[in-house]
Amino acid sequence: MPALWIQNARVIDPASRRDAPGDLFLDQGRIVAPPSAAARKRARRIDARGLVACPGLVDVHVHFREPGQTHKETIATGSRAAAAGGFTTVVCMPNTSPVADNSGTIQLMKDVIARDAVVRVHPTGCITVGMKGQALAPIGSLKRAGVVAITDDGECVQSNDLMRRAVEYARMFSLPVMDHCQDYSMTQGAVMNEGVVSTRLGLRGWPHAAEDIIVARNIILAEQTGAHIHLQHISSRYSVDHIRRAKARGVRVTAEATPHHLALTEEALAGYDTHFKMNPPLRTEADRQALIAGLRDGTLDIIATDHAPHTDYEKDKEFDYAPNGILGLETALPVCLDVLVRQARFKLSRVVDLMTRRPAAIVDLPAGTLAEGAAADVCLFDPEEKWRYDAKAGQSKSSNSPWSGRDLRGRVRTTIVGGKVVYTDGRITA
Amino acid sequence: MSWQRRHLLTVEELTLTELEQIHATAAAFKRTLSRNMRKVPALRGKTIVNLFLEPSTRTRMAFEMAAKRLSADVISLDGASSSATKGETLRDTAENIQALQADMIVIRHAAAGSPLYLSRLLDIPVINAGDGAHEHPTQGLLDTFTMKEHLGSLRGRKVVILGDILFSRVARSNIHALTKLGADVTLVGPSTLVPPWFTHLGVKVSHDLRGALADAEVVMLLRIQHERQAAGHFPSLGEYTGMFGLNKTRASWLNPKAIIMHPGPINRGVEIDSELADGERSVILEQVTNGIAVRMAVLYLCAGGQPEQVSPVA
Repeated sequence: MPALWIQNARVIDPASRRDAPGDLFLDQGRIVAPPSAAARKRARRIDARGLVACPGLVDVHVHFREPGQTHKETIATGSRAAAAGGFTTVVCMPNTSPVADNSGTIQLMKDVIARDAVVRVHPTGCITVGMKGQALAPIGSLKRAGVVAITDDGECVQSNDLMRRAVEYARMFSLPVMDHCQDYSMTQGAVMNEGVVSTRLGLRGWPHAAEDIIVARNIILAEQTGAHIHLQHISSRYSVDHIRRAKARGVRVTAEATPHHLALTEEALAGYDTHFKMNPPLRTEADRQALIAGLRDGTLDIIATDHAPHTDYEKDKEFDYAPNGILGLETALPVCLDVLVRQARFKLSRVVDLMTRRPAAIVDLPAGTLAEGAAADVCLFDPEEKWRYDAKAGQSKSSNSPWSGRDLRGRVRTTIVGGKVVYTDGRITA
Repeated sequence: MSWQRRHLLTVEELTLTELEQIHATAAAFKRTLSRNMRKVPALRGKTIVNLFLEPSTRTRMAFEMAAKRLSADVISLDGASSSATKGETLRDTAENIQALQADMIVIRHAAAGSPLYLSRLLDIPVINAGDGAHEHPTQGLLDTFTMKEHLGSLRGRKVVILGDILFSRVARSNIHALTKLGADVTLVGPSTLVPPWFTHLGVKVSHDLRGALADAEVVMLLRIQHERQAAGHFPSLGEYTGMFGLNKTRASWLNPKAIIMHPGPINRGVEIDSELADGERSVILEQVTNGIAVRMAVLYLCAGGQPEQVSPVA
């Protein structure tokens, strides 16, 4: 593999506080110091004039549906969607079929990843056996098999006692416990945020309190045990407040926000379009603003997509009967540029940080930096290019995106994993 | 003004003019109901499919009756006999009905928004006969039609809707119709079943029955369902009746000329005393009869008919 010389980029690397025009050199799968003139001559050059070069993006929350639901997505197609979105490292949720609650399933995933993935894909394991919330999964064996976190994502452990034991036990292995925060007793049959819009549409409401209560529970358990609990896809402004106060007293919780909760509100549901149906649901403008404020002051640590593919025929249903979830990988960067940089006036380097170094740190992976010696995982994007996203033409096997057919601004041009160009200008090259 | 709308999906999306056109057309059809020859040839040769995927007696019969009075051919399917029980999707069921050359679909469905979903898939008119807790537009139209027969203009009239508002599509369609017609609407019931968000629809919310009923000209009762009790929305039917049931004493707080309405089916002795349901102020059975005329008007207009002129005073 020839060395790569990325020229004339705006290089943004929050980990090394770098945001300046310059070049990047990639050799033997690593970021390297500027080499000799002779070596430069031999390198393959990429003209990155007008582009940002940043660490490959990191997403700690994706659903790749393999094994068992490969009609929706596979590790092959999901990792290609990641590459198209500029992501070089992703963390898969364990709610596959069968669920990833044992080391055998993790090993199967790792074999498929080694064979099919074009970016770095890391599995997570379940907190509980069968994701049923009743007995602890073999967390130690899962750790040994290579999971980077445990989670019952899609489900939420309802028993406070079991959750307490889970985080206490996982702490022994330094495994973060990721939780989808939802009190089921309050969300029976619920399909959207509870409030004025659900009242008007006659849809069953999912009150923010059902999230807030579990967020508060998790804060209490993290404080009591010293374990690291990662709060997934926070949607409620009250949850943001709880987290802010917990962090102020040093509790080990981290939290994520999704691009869709940052960009959209419940008002989008007026036409019962199932491409706006997800769990937790889209909430109010006040909640959306609170999420942005939470990212601004560090209450929320990272952006994660909750990339959740479903086929057309599964989504094409009565609103009540359609599954939750939307694609995220191929639109995350332009959506975040729009909401956070152009509207909320975040620095571009801040958004890069929220999508690279910080998520990598949550699962303790050595990704998300362009420091010399780091893996040569790079994303080149044009922050201004306007393009129309067509989910059907994208890399994911599914096309359930609310942004399909919409004009986006900011486009990933090239994705490099371990020094190898895996995606460039609309094509997978791995 | 001519009628443009092909589907009737909600009352919310109707203009005041459209609402009054439906009422005026219904009034004309109502006159035909008392003739010896009650059939009119308006929809001769058209086939209407009633796709009732959720149980219904009154609404389904009234739609069938209305279609037959208009000389349409009617096919009624219910949930149990449709292929939905074999796992067919609503899209496939509906596309098959269209391929069988039906001219119109009337749909009752447990999922809110499903008539809108169908209207986007099909080329033929879709009439909403009730979608989940969202809307039941023909009920809202026939209820306000009935109120106008008794009160004339509804502008400034005090109307109370009492009962399980949260889960009621009838309440929502009435709220939209009544606010368009200028009525002064108050929703009453246990706070668990009448959340404050309804005030955003232009109505008042109250849990004080006496204050709300005082001088009201219409009280519309909604059925209280046992399953709400199981879900903890109120302690018991007995307590509901004790707090919110309409009885003689409470009816005496109403305006002396007030009418009592109920979309049915009634729980006698729960939300309303049996005596009041049958009493002279009750217009419950008039609502049912008017349901035919209003549905005739809706079917006729959405099939391409033109409305009766709206009289300025109505």
